[in-house]
Order: sequence, then C-alpha cells, then structure tokens
Amino acid sequence: MNAPIDYLLHLADNALILGQRNAEWCGHGPILEEDIALANNSLDLIGQARMLYQHAAQLKGGGATEDTLAYFRDVPDFRNYTLCELPHMPLMSATAQGDRDFAITIVRNFLYSSLMVLVWDQLQASKDTHLAAIAAKSLKEVRYHLRHSRDWLLRLGDGTAESHERAQNAINQLLSYTQEFWANSPQETAAVANGTGINTVTLQNDWNQIVNEALQEATLQRPDEGGFVPTGKHGVHSEHLGFVLAEMQSLARTHPQATW
Amino acid sequence: MTTLLQTTTSDIDRAWVLLETLTDPEIPVVTLRELGILRDVLESATGLEIVITPTYSGCPAMGQIEDDVKALLQAHGIQGHVVTQLAPAWTTDWMTGEAREKLRAYGIAPPHSTACEPQGSAQVVKFAARQTPNQVVNCPQCGSANTTETSHFGSTACKALYRCLACMEPFDYFKPY
Repeated sequence: MNAPIDYLLHLADNALILGQRNAEWCGHGPILEEDIALANNSLDLIGQARMLYQHAAQLKGGGATEDTLAYFRDVPDFRNYTLCELPHMPLMSATAQGDRDFAITIVRNFLYSSLMVLVWDQLQASKDTHLAAIAAKSLKEVRYHLRHSRDWLLRLGDGTAESHERAQNAINQLLSYTQEFWANSPQETAAVANGTGINTVTLQNDWNQIVNEALQEATLQRPDEGGFVPTGKHGVHSEHLGFVLAEMQSLARTHPQATW
Repeated sequence: MTTLLQTTTSDIDRAWVLLETLTDPEIPVVTLRELGILRDVLESATGLEIVITPTYSGCPAMGQIEDDVKALLQAHGIQGHVVTQLAPAWTTDWMTGEAREKLRAYGIAPPHSTACEPQGSAQVVKFAARQTPNQVVNCPQCGSANTTETSHFGSTACKALYRCLACMEPFDYFKPY
C-alpha cells in the first residue's frame, strides 16, 4: 500500500521549507552552539525531506526525482503548512537579516516539533511500509528538536524581561497558524482512508498538553486562537514562500542537470 | 583485475574481510560494521549486494560511505552494488562493545541505550515534559561523572557537546539514536 503522493509531498515540503528557513541562521546564530544546533536541525529536516521526496518520486514516475520535486515545483504546488514558510521576524518588521528574532525561530520549532513527535510516532504504523520506515527514523530526530526548542522556550520565557516579552510576542504571532494542523486537507483525508496516513485531528489533545505544559513552565500566556485558518497545505500560501523558493531553487534552475 | 560474475560464498567472506577496512568518514577509528551501518552482504543476480543503513537522515557522510564501498569493490574486482535499507531504523544500540571502547579511547563518550525511549502518544507527551536527560555521561578523558551538557548538538549530527567539570575538558557525546 502506498501513501497518496500529495500526502508525502505535504510531509516533505514541511520538512524542506522549515529546514531551509532554519538554515538561514547558519553563520548568523546568536551564539556558536546555536549556530551549530540550527544547522544540525536543518540537516535532519532536509534529510527527512529527501527520503520522502525519493519515495514520492518513485511513486510518481515519469522521470520525477527528489531534485525535480524540490527545485522545479512552484508555490502553488507546495503543500507545506504556512507556519513553516514564515520569516524569522516579528510582524511589521523589515526582513533584513539583522531583524531575525531567535524567539520566533524557537517558538516555531517548538510548535512544529511538538506536532511531529506525535505524527511520526503514529506513522510508524502506516500501511505504507516505506513511509513507516521514514517515520521511525524521523521520530528519533524530532525528539531532539523538541527537546532543544522546549529548553530554549523555558529559558526565554522564564528569562529576562526582554526575552520574556519576545517569546510572548512570538507565541502571540504564531499560535494562530497552528489552526492549520487541525483542518484535514483532501490529501490527508485520502491518506487516512487508505490507512497510510494519520488523522492529525486526533492528536490535538496531546499536542495541547505538550504546548500548555511548556508555556506554563516558561511563564508564558497561551493567547486566544482564531481568525483566518492558513491554507498552505492546500497550495495557497503567504507571500513569503515565493522568496524562500527563489533563493532555494535559483542554483538548480540556473544550471539544470548540473551535477557535482 | 578480474571481474567475477558468479558470486560464491568465498566472495561474500572476502567482501566482509575487505569491508572491515572501511571506517566512518567522520569517526575514522570505528568500522562501518562496528557502527551498525553495514548491515549485510548478499548474493544477487548482478553480483554482491552490500546493504547499508543510514544513520541520521541528513548525515552528509552517507554519500561518502556509499562511494567508499563502491570504490573498494571495484579496486578488488568484485562485481556488486550498494543497497540502502531504511527499516529497521538504525539505532546506536547496534554499536558493538568494541566500537564503544574505541570511541571512548578516541575522546567521544559512547551512547547510552535507547531502551527507555517512548512509544505511543501518552508516552510521547510524558517524554516531551522531561526537561533534560537524566543519564550520567562519563568524561571519556578522566572518567568523572561530574559532567554537564553544553549543547544538544555538536560537530556532527550524531553528537552533543559536553564539558567535564572535574578535568575541565570539553568532549563529544555520541547521542543515543
């Protein structure tokens, strides 16, 4: 049994786009250890994306490869959560490198890895045995990502007045984007129907518990959610994804078929 | 150089002996077999099949490892190819006792067992709330248990940065995976 290709792409695109975003810190980390940590986090995510793209490419056939899927699809073809593509900046700030806010990075990684520890754990039982194998590997990695981001969430939230304010702003800004986790897309529904995917909605209580406990420990308030439910996984993205792709895909598109 | 189209048991034995010379590109004191990356050597219609399994998903050493295996086979005139197998997922529990000792002597604290890792949503939630690993990591230099974690992530995907509070030396810890 194989998972629907769009479902694999949804999982792969999440990992690739967040991996690409976190890699922006490479050489710019607030301290050396964090520079290394975020580069490691990106390596894991991009590695997970590669395995998923390879699987999807094999199912797709017609000359598709992991590279054609990563580098030669455009914004509407990407199936990642909008959360993954947002810049590391607070709302209404410029998007220069210097305006990156580490609190945004940490809160996003925390919200995403809190979901993925649950998703990969469940996907180990996927009827798509290849996907199950990828899940077993990815789970081991995302546990470290969760531990890393959760520890930092505590340090920032329960730190100085400045770090607390920034962490609170980051959770205020990002939490509403997680509403997208709990509204199944057609590819998710199809994957649940053939036993290859999981119904993410059933993970909401556990996710809430992970998030609420951490926020409480970090002395942060959980803001109200509501408003627009993002639609990234349907291929309707924020204005930011185009810029991510432009940078990420430019080399492959300038020199198609290049090998090194 | 001779090319063997028909593989025999002795080819498999010979391959195992040859492969024993291949070490991890980033930790050159342990062999691929000792690390658990080299899973099997099998016969196939097109020569030997060397089965390897990836460590971390994004480990950049995997490409090098595959190239090293191919180059070794070619240099010894053995027809064969490399197959990457994802399941069962590689775990540091497969590392041999020999490898652990070699790591320690090289200055890397060997990994603890992964036996207590969570399965199932309820366990995952409990795990998420656990702040720091409660296992003691002994300093590979002086053996002291008085050590502290500097960073979850180190020079390669598989290692964390630690510091010994007894001899004050920094060291790498091979993370349980």
